[in-house]
Parts: sequence; structure tokens; C-alpha cells
Amino acid sequence: MSESSATSVHEAPPVKSWVLVFTLTLLGLISGLCIVGAFQLTLPTITSNKAKALRAAVFEVVPGAKQMQPMVWDGSALAAAAKDVVGSTIYASYDSAGVFMGYAIPAEGPGFQDNIRLIYGYLPGTKRIVGMKVLESRETPGLGDKIYKDDKFVGEFRDLAVEPQVVVVKGHGADPNQVDAITGATISSKSVVKIVNAGNESWLPRLPAPGQEPPPPGKGGL
Amino acid sequence: MATGKDTSQLYEEFVKGIWKENPVFVIVLGMCPTLAVTNSAINGVAMAAATMFVLVGSSLLISLLRNWIPNQVRISAYIVVIATFVTVVDFSLEAIAPKVHRELGAFIALIVVNCIIMGRAEAFAAKNTPMRSLLDALGMGLGFTLALLLMGSVREILGNGSLFGINLLGPHFESWVIMILPPGGFIMLGVWLLVFAAFKERKQKKRLEAERRAA
Repeated sequence: MSESSATSVHEAPPVKSWVLVFTLTLLGLISGLCIVGAFQLTLPTITSNKAKALRAAVFEVVPGAKQMQPMVWDGSALAAAAKDVVGSTIYASYDSAGVFMGYAIPAEGPGFQDNIRLIYGYLPGTKRIVGMKVLESRETPGLGDKIYKDDKFVGEFRDLAVEPQVVVVKGHGADPNQVDAITGATISSKSVVKIVNAGNESWLPRLPAPGQEPPPPGKGGL
Repeated sequence: MATGKDTSQLYEEFVKGIWKENPVFVIVLGMCPTLAVTNSAINGVAMAAATMFVLVGSSLLISLLRNWIPNQVRISAYIVVIATFVTVVDFSLEAIAPKVHRELGAFIALIVVNCIIMGRAEAFAAKNTPMRSLLDALGMGLGFTLALLLMGSVREILGNGSLFGINLLGPHFESWVIMILPPGGFIMLGVWLLVFAAFKERKQKKRLEAERRAA
């Protein structure tokens, strides 16, 4: 007894290897259970938060919309979302009476620091963009983040012509297809417009002809 | 008598982290979040709150487990405990406050490698009782919060003319954009380190003078 306490002053008593392995294994197991538990517990909330945010975003970029119908491009045709169809999705939007209004088109592309994910509302009738909302971005706080914090910049997308294409100008652009760049965040402003143009390029030719929009959800739709 | 001494010792354990041994401005630990997420006051506070939760949880747990964890595997064990807490915080924050979660982004995951947490685990929790470790972690967490709040407030006021998103300086204020960019973080850190060092020096001078007079 006295001998062991004497040695422990200078060095820790030897620990069997299996104790070390067992300790770490046990800790790892408990940690795994905690993490998976937290994941399972939070998953429904996170999923419903995301769905709610998407709904809110769609209704925000297509002002007046009250119902939406996801539509999936399967590579050859655009159809109301069904269970086994995978592909990129846009959202047809309808007013409360179920009358078709326009599309909310998600798009993403490189920004100043990381990918910017946004969604914009497009009315095929007038060929105008009527709203834009940035869903995810890591642009510089105070500068690049004005792409969603600056009301003036966001306001540029409330009535914006898409033909021939959207352009960024410094100062005040008077034409309906011009967006004023944010001072100090020209790259972020250009990125947003580039993303919107790319979205238009890929989606506008795919949209169904006027009058052939899918019915609103619950009326023969999904 | 003994309990009175104990209480004052515990109190000392708690308050030392806030000012005298402030983790950021005195011990100079945890520089990554201090520089990276303090471009606005709210980001700083949210980051500090998440860090504090992990710090308190892991300090308490490590202190409770300190007699069971063999010395040879203690670092790996601490990392597992800390990483678990961070992952749980990450999920919870995404569920409860998706907006804050989006703002802080990758920096939540980086709490795992915050050296304040590892430092307190190794230097304090592994050698002290759960009660003292808890108080130490709470104090250090508050000190970290204070530091990030000080950094974030000044940077936001100068760089954006606002505090907690509320415009303070009016539309004619020309913001010092550099303050919310990375160089502004370094400048601000330097200024605050200077302020804390000046306080410390003045206190020391006073003490020396008092001693001399007493002598």
C-alpha cells in the first residue's frame, strides 16, 4: 500500500490497456446515442421550419399568392410534383380563389463568399419579376448582406422586366430591366442578377403555355 | 467561519473569469470566434451563448467524470464530450432559432475547437469539484460573452451605425466599413486589449503605492 502510494507521487499507476479502450468506447457509444437522439428529436421541427420558410418565401415573392403547387422538371416536361418524380422544382402560385398568378423560381449560384440561394417570383403574363428573396448567403455582413437587408435593392425586383435580360447598373438605371448596384457590394449585386438571369434562362422556356398552367392543389392537382 | 471562507472562494471562482482572468482580453484564448463573428452585437452574443452552454455542460461533465477517465485518454475523452455538446447545440439551435443558426453558420461547429473550452477542461475541470468547475465555467462563459459583446457593439456602431440592428447614428453617418471586415476585428481586439492592460496597470500601481505607504 505504502509502496504504491510512493510510486504514484512520481508517476500515475499503470492502467490496463483494455480500460483505456473501454473508456473511450463507452464514451463514444454514449456520445453517439446523445447525438442521434438530438437529431431524431429536432428533425421534425427542422423539417417543418424549412417547409414553413419555403411557403412564406413563395407567398412573399409572388405577392397576393395564397396557394402553391410544386412543379418538377423531370428532364423533358414540367408537371405537378408526384411522389416518384425527382428533379428541380418551381412553385406555381394561386390566389385564394385558385386563379393562377405566377411562378416562384428558386435559383442559386456563386456569390462573393459562398453560394447564394434565392427565390424569385415571375409572372408569365407580364413577363416581369415581382419579388426576390435571398434564402441563404454568406455575403459580407454590412456590405454584401445588403442584397437582402437593403430595402431599396430588394425593391428593384418588385417590378423588373426580364427581356432582353436583367442588367446591373451603377447609379440610377431608368429602364425596366435595370437594377441599381449596391454601393460597396457590386460583386454581390452582380451575383444576384446573374443568378436570376441564369434561372430565367433555364426555366422560362420550360414553362407551360399561358392557359395551360396546372390546376391549384386540391382541385385535380396533388 | 469555514463555510464563509468556502463561499468567498466559490465566489472568487465565479467572478475571476468575468474580469480579472477574462478569457479573451486577459488570457487571450478563443480568438477565432472573437474575430470572426463579432461584426454585429447580436452575432457576438448568440455565439457567446452557444459557447457558454457548451462550456458549462462540458466542464460539469468532465469534472464529474474526472476520476473515471484515465489520464492517457483524457484529451480524446474531452474532445468526445465537447463535440457531443456542440452537435446537440447545433441541432437544437437549428430547430429553435433557425435565423440565428443561419447567421452563425459554420462557426457553431467550430465551437468544438474553441480553446477556452478545451483550456478550462484541461486546466480546471479535470482537477476540481463539479461545483467549482460549474462556477468557473459560468464565470468564464460570462467573461467570453462580455468580450464578444464589447467587440461586436463597437464594431457594429462604427461599421454600420447601428447597435443590435437599431440605427443609432442616422442616415448621414458614413460607416467605417473596415470595422465590420476582418481587419476591423483585429483593430478592435487590439484596442480592447490595450484598455484591459491599462486597467490592470493602474490597479497594480495603486497597490504598490498603498504598500509603500503602509511600509
